[in-house]
Amino acid sequence: MDTTAQTDHDPALTGEGADQAQALVYPRINCQDVNVFYSGKQAVFDVSLPVFDRSVTALIGPSGCGKSTFLRCLNRMNDTIDGAKVTGDIFMDGENINSPDVDPVLLRSRVGMVFQKPNPFPKSIYDNIAYGPRIHGLVDDRQELDAIVEKSLRRAGLWQEVKDRLTQPGTSLSGGQQQRLCIARAIAVRPEVILMDEPCSSLDPIATARIEELIDELRKRYCIVIVTHSMQQAARVSQRTAFFHLGHLVEMGDTDQIFTSPRERRTEDYITGRFG
Amino acid sequence: MSSPVETPLRSEKALKHLRRRRAADTRFRVYGLVALGFALFSLVFLICAIAWKASSAVTYHVVKTDIVLEADRIVPDGNASPEEITRNIEGFYTLVRDDLFAKFANLEDTPAVRKDFSALIDRLAVLPLARRVAKNPTLIDQTVSIQVPVSDDVDLFLKRSSPRSIPFRLGEGAQISLGQGTDEMVLRHPALESVLSSLTALGSQQGAPSVLVIADSAVARLTDLQDQTAGFEILAGDLADFQGKPLKGLIVAVPESNRTISDLQIAWALALKSEGIIRRVPHTSLLTSTDSTYPELAGSLAAIVGSLLTMLVTGMVAIPMGIFAAIFLEEFAPKNRLTQLIEVNINNLAAVPSIVFGLLGATLLLGTFGLPRSAPLVGGLVLALLILPVVIISARAALRAVPPSIRSGALAVGASRMQAVFHHVLPLAFPGMLTGAILGMARALGETAPLLLIGMVAFVAEVPSSTTDEATALPVLIYSWASNAERAWEPMTAAVIVILLALLVTMNVIVVMLRRKFERRW
Repeated sequence: MDTTAQTDHDPALTGEGADQAQALVYPRINCQDVNVFYSGKQAVFDVSLPVFDRSVTALIGPSGCGKSTFLRCLNRMNDTIDGAKVTGDIFMDGENINSPDVDPVLLRSRVGMVFQKPNPFPKSIYDNIAYGPRIHGLVDDRQELDAIVEKSLRRAGLWQEVKDRLTQPGTSLSGGQQQRLCIARAIAVRPEVILMDEPCSSLDPIATARIEELIDELRKRYCIVIVTHSMQQAARVSQRTAFFHLGHLVEMGDTDQIFTSPRERRTEDYITGRFG
Repeated sequence: MSSPVETPLRSEKALKHLRRRRAADTRFRVYGLVALGFALFSLVFLICAIAWKASSAVTYHVVKTDIVLEADRIVPDGNASPEEITRNIEGFYTLVRDDLFAKFANLEDTPAVRKDFSALIDRLAVLPLARRVAKNPTLIDQTVSIQVPVSDDVDLFLKRSSPRSIPFRLGEGAQISLGQGTDEMVLRHPALESVLSSLTALGSQQGAPSVLVIADSAVARLTDLQDQTAGFEILAGDLADFQGKPLKGLIVAVPESNRTISDLQIAWALALKSEGIIRRVPHTSLLTSTDSTYPELAGSLAAIVGSLLTMLVTGMVAIPMGIFAAIFLEEFAPKNRLTQLIEVNINNLAAVPSIVFGLLGATLLLGTFGLPRSAPLVGGLVLALLILPVVIISARAALRAVPPSIRSGALAVGASRMQAVFHHVLPLAFPGMLTGAILGMARALGETAPLLLIGMVAFVAEVPSSTTDEATALPVLIYSWASNAERAWEPMTAAVIVILLALLVTMNVIVVMLRRKFERRW
């Protein structure tokens, strides 16, 4: 089981029929004792956390609890912040991605990210999607690129809405569409993991519902980690949930178990709305 | 008695407080309007003052006539080589002068009068004619139409700007009779009384003002005036020219001994003007000639070209250097003590007086590296150093204005830092960078002090053809023309200021257009 999963880097190849039960046993990413410091100030303390393939892992917790910071360790976006330091081991398919000899550029082509605020490039819709494949040299000719753009937009559920106006600027779309465009942009470089940092916090409920549907759909192909403020959202979309508080991982488990019978007192207080 | 009900919305205390706040609002708006009005007024005043001064330099007076280029005058020894022709300026000059002189039939032909007459046109004014003939020797012995600027004194007088002349009108009906000498006449006219009264009003502390009477191309000068009878000395034309013509007159308040132009010269100039030989034409030579010691021959072409060459060097050095320095500092350099120090120093550098950069250029570029003096290359480099801090600061501000989410978005799809900057940040920051760069260039275009120190204040009679030729720049030309003594330089200087301002406005318009273009592209 492990060997087949380890060699299987392209989630598209395994298809939708992959056995979820199996996928949940095999951790795609395994974090051990991750600490993050911002200019000497510790923001994340000794977090050890497995992230399973073909499932959604939700990170919840009150503001400033380090969940976003932790998420940014998974594609080494913390490297771009001056004074940020990450210690600990993060294994992805057995390789420590936190080691200095791993190039973050290559890592980020395997671990895509979607941000809190939709941030499409100020270019055409087409170029937004095509940018990643172009810089990574994933395509040889225009047709291949067209195919990737279409496939990515289809997977992000945006194709029907934008197929006639691919040359229009990405910023001309509505907020929800922009966020799906950003998801399509992340998908286009064929990642295995998609990180989402509160992807719905700037969207209205209808757009949020569409994104949530989309996440549920994407779960069949990708390993997804989502940071969310909304506990309902975590309950709706995720299979596993991790509760962070003051930089510590308090509790981690199946979503059902976290929301129905949390082991920790703090988790229970938080999900029942007693603080946060 | 029905007093209004006291509600929270109309209580006396709240209303009073509100009135005070409203008054503060109004006061603030008034201050703003006053400041804005003052700035606008100053700007309009400045532009009007300069334009008004420059307006008299828009046209100038030239002698326009047809002349036979006699071979024995311009190539006396028969050698028609271009060098010989251009060397024989004197021949051309006397030819032109004598042609004009011949138009005054009853003029005594003495060396003194000829010398006086020569002051109408400066010798060097015929140089373009000589060059034209040298280029095309077949013109010799042909009749050609020539256009030669008159000397600045004549030009200024004809423009009524210096010495000032007060016109009056006698009209027809004067009784004219011959005086004692052949060139004297006696004139009776009732209007002469008013001339007498205005003469007394002028007073005669420094000397007697000149009164001239003009009938078409004939001019006479007042010698004595009693009530309605006046004695005149005829300066140009003869008695018959005055008979039955409407008479005009001019009072030149400055006495003859105190001015650079004599009554006789005035008379000649007026006569030639009424015959249509001296004409007022657009002053194109201001843009097409180079500098000269004679105001009527001087132009700003060499300075315009010099300024453009200097700007070329400045732009090619300062813009890429400044933009790349800004990109490095803003996007790549680690934020530590060293980069902080560099940043502080760049900001300080922007406040260093420009003359210090001139000294630096003089010692370093001219002294140590031995670059040529007075060259646009050196001027451009010095000005590049001068505006570099400004370019860097504005480029950094433009980079900082790009939302960080664009960078994160690019990095998250696996772009390298370089790719994120060059593919995404730079296109967005470019219009802002461009604005800063061109505003810096505009500042450099107006700089004088550093150019003075590296010797770009030279008198340049040739249009520079490369960045290592001797050159001067527009602001330096303004500086040197403004320090000349002759009155004629004043409107010329104002005209060059207008040219410089026009260049600056053009640059700013280009900025706005480029901004629009690049912003629309996305």
